[in-house]
Amino acid sequence: MEIVRPHSHRNLFSSNDAAPAPTIPLYRSAPPLEVRLEDFESFAIDRLRVLKGISDGLSRGKKPDEMEKLVSELWKVNMRHQHASEVLNKDIISHFVLRLVYCRTEDLRKWFLSMECALFRYRFRFLTTEAQRAIMDEFDITCKAVNIMEFESIKEKLGQVARSMGQPLPTGDAIFYKVPFEDVPELVAGRRVLLSQGYAYVAMNQVVSLVATLFRSQLSKTLILTNSVYICCRKWTSSIREQEKHRLTPIVEALCSSYLGPDFSQPKEYAEISLKDIDQLAKTSFPLCMRHQFDKLKEDHHLKHGGRMQLGLFLKGVGLNLDDALAFWRAEFSKKVGLEKFEKEYAYTIRHNYGKEGKRTDYTPYSCYKIISSTPGAGDHHGCPYRHFSEENLRAALSRMGVNSRATEDVMNKVRNRHYQLACTLTFEALHGVPCDAGINHPNQYFSDSQKILHPKKDSST
Amino acid sequence: MNPQQESDFDSGALKPYYGKLFPFADMFKWMSYGHDGKHPGCDQSYFGRREFSFTLKGDFYLRFQSYNNVLELENSIKDKCPLKIDIGPVYTVDPAKRHAYAQSDNSVFTPVERELIFDIDMTDYDDIRYCCKGADVCLDCWPLMTVAIKVIDTSLRDEFGFKHILWVYSGRRGVHCWVCDGKARRLTNEQRSAIAEYYRVYKGNENSHKKVSLTGGALHPFLATSYTNVLKDYFEKKLLTNQNLLATEERYEKILSMIPDESIASELRGRWQDNRRSTSAKEDINVVRWEQCKQLLQSGKHKAQGLRRCVEEIVFSYTYPRLDMEVSKHMNHLLKAPFCVHPKTGRVCVPIDPNRCDEFDPTTVPTLFQILEELNNEGLRADVNGAEWSGTSLGNAVRLFRSSFLEPLQKACKEEIERSYNLKLQQSKNSIGW
Ligand code: SF4
Ligand SMILES: [Zn+2]
Repeated sequence: MEIVRPHSHRNLFSSNDAAPAPTIPLYRSAPPLEVRLEDFESFAIDRLRVLKGISDGLSRGKKPDEMEKLVSELWKVNMRHQHASEVLNKDIISHFVLRLVYCRTEDLRKWFLSMECALFRYRFRFLTTEAQRAIMDEFDITCKAVNIMEFESIKEKLGQVARSMGQPLPTGDAIFYKVPFEDVPELVAGRRVLLSQGYAYVAMNQVVSLVATLFRSQLSKTLILTNSVYICCRKWTSSIREQEKHRLTPIVEALCSSYLGPDFSQPKEYAEISLKDIDQLAKTSFPLCMRHQFDKLKEDHHLKHGGRMQLGLFLKGVGLNLDDALAFWRAEFSKKVGLEKFEKEYAYTIRHNYGKEGKRTDYTPYSCYKIISSTPGAGDHHGCPYRHFSEENLRAALSRMGVNSRATEDVMNKVRNRHYQLACTLTFEALHGVPCDAGINHPNQYFSDSQKILHPKKDSST
Repeated sequence: MNPQQESDFDSGALKPYYGKLFPFADMFKWMSYGHDGKHPGCDQSYFGRREFSFTLKGDFYLRFQSYNNVLELENSIKDKCPLKIDIGPVYTVDPAKRHAYAQSDNSVFTPVERELIFDIDMTDYDDIRYCCKGADVCLDCWPLMTVAIKVIDTSLRDEFGFKHILWVYSGRRGVHCWVCDGKARRLTNEQRSAIAEYYRVYKGNENSHKKVSLTGGALHPFLATSYTNVLKDYFEKKLLTNQNLLATEERYEKILSMIPDESIASELRGRWQDNRRSTSAKEDINVVRWEQCKQLLQSGKHKAQGLRRCVEEIVFSYTYPRLDMEVSKHMNHLLKAPFCVHPKTGRVCVPIDPNRCDEFDPTTVPTLFQILEELNNEGLRADVNGAEWSGTSLGNAVRLFRSSFLEPLQKACKEEIERSYNLKLQQSKNSIGW
């Protein structure tokens, strides 16, 4: 982590005891503070509640304004402190504890990174203009404002962009920032900025997106430097009293597993499935997203990249070993593209998913959150049907699964309220005739819960 | 290519092609990006960290090949005689030795540079072309590719500020685009996705309603310029009549289904169903019907209902480029190298000049056999430059590659190396001074 720059202190800590004006620390360096072990754990759990709440909100497909409300609630409830002056410290300490916990694997890092960025983004919106400016200064944005002459020359096009988004035309005193397009990928992807010669013109009300990207890349860099995070955090936690240190590891372990649910990356021994059972299993125990792709694959003998990843990793998670997986995909794809093309263009990805080629990461099956937030395009069959199907198609798919019409109405109701995972849970309950109290959070959980119900005795052997 | 030629192709025609014609030196210069020079700022390991992949006869597929210099590359290709050469990213370390690094930390072997690439394939347009299907292309549908080149090339240059862009005919039914500026090569996957998304106008997937949907009070300047400068003309002057988009009931129904106002759709349907004969013979029926359609949709009384946008949506649906998004989004996607020979058509993957892409005709692209024959006819007449290809029709392709792409690219790369070297010098001097 970088050395603390003297002037960033001013922003991070307020020396007097009066309640500081709300701001967001940029977490550039670990706090030089004494941390009590109790705080270490409780602060972290409070922050996790916030992040988990954000994650749930996003996977339910909440709209930005609903998210804004949600985040502000979560923050208020969980991150307060009886001493107003301690609020900022709690913010910083909890962030660094979670960093320590979440920097261990690629998947944990990714989850933490996207939740922290979502949090940052919503908090930024609540700040006063001055506080926002202070943060923009930290990221050297303020100096990139477009001058009057340039503004006049592109005013018309800026107006066109604004109208294309249904927003009012920029007035004469509107401020725009001219930044490399690379810094605002989200605005570029949505065609929400004017681009010219490699620069994007970012309106004041879009600055949050720019700041969030910069925040993200700063945080991401520090998380990738796994070792330095460890070292830094170890140095920092050495301020914890010596005799309490042995208690630290179990706390970190517990924090790590408690909120992310079971780990589906390693198939359990007992769950090993064989190729010949797979058709039957697809009918009885696959969630709709996987069932749909499975059927499409059998029908078209092909799935595009997103589908191969989503279904392939799921199958790995349910216990299909690499050889069987290759045989499975080969049997279908070769009907369409031929054996040769399969071996040279597709077999690689499958081995890759099992960590046999390329980067040696063992890819983890996608969670509902990840699937629901994906954006399937033309020709794609991946994604979550509850989220990505038209009503018609979803109804047809549910009836093919064997969901009766009354249950279908309940499911559609949840879908209309954008509770996709709840819709999936209701489908599960309708098909299995048993309540699923935990709800569906992961396609592999759907599968294993289903198997537990259908083959209760197998489960007891573990 | 006839069956006889096809088997010749396998058995031996590629040998003389790689042996005498394939422009190895040019490929090497390109992929070195200036690091093949003597300047102290050059990174000598650069070319050696690039992945090449080969498809060999008998369907062997070799990935992660790498070479330290042009001679190694040339010898390996001459020796293996691949049916297809693919180019992958530049990795942190030599891809051939990736296993040696795999033990330590899994982030050691990872792609660090890759051209921004686009793959546009005619099969993605099958629902809007009636002249041919699947793997075939003809001059009636090729304008779709011309449109794609114009729209994307203009935007890459004017909006994203890229300068070093290579367009290549894919050998059969599409085009590839390589954006080679330094900053393009260093884009993250997220930034690549953003660019690909910027170009996407189709919303929905296979399981919901898939269509072009242009919402908002105005078109984004990129879409607006593409529309007025390219799409509209190509639609009205070429594709409408080339493809007979409104000539039969089945075809016009498809367009009518894109009109949200049922009363207008049925009014047009009524006119088109029973007045075939009343249209004068000398006017093209597609043109007449399109005028009627436009007039009704854009007439004053419908303006307020947002139907005007519908004309644009129809034009976009039938002309706007359709990219294979996955290819562009990830650094580690492979793409076929220019100057390969397509094994099915025998045609060489030649560069296309974006400024003259209207003139490009896929049906006259030189084939391997044509070039080999030219080479034979040339006989032993030695060329002054020593290059065997210069007297064949491959010569034009290589010359175009050099003049419009390679030379400006090399110049820019050398400048960039010089610049960053000086910067480093400056920095180290400063730090000593302090
Ligand atoms: S809720 Fe989860 S398991 Fe259910 S269909 Fe959607 S992604 Fe699949
Ligand atoms: Zn055609």
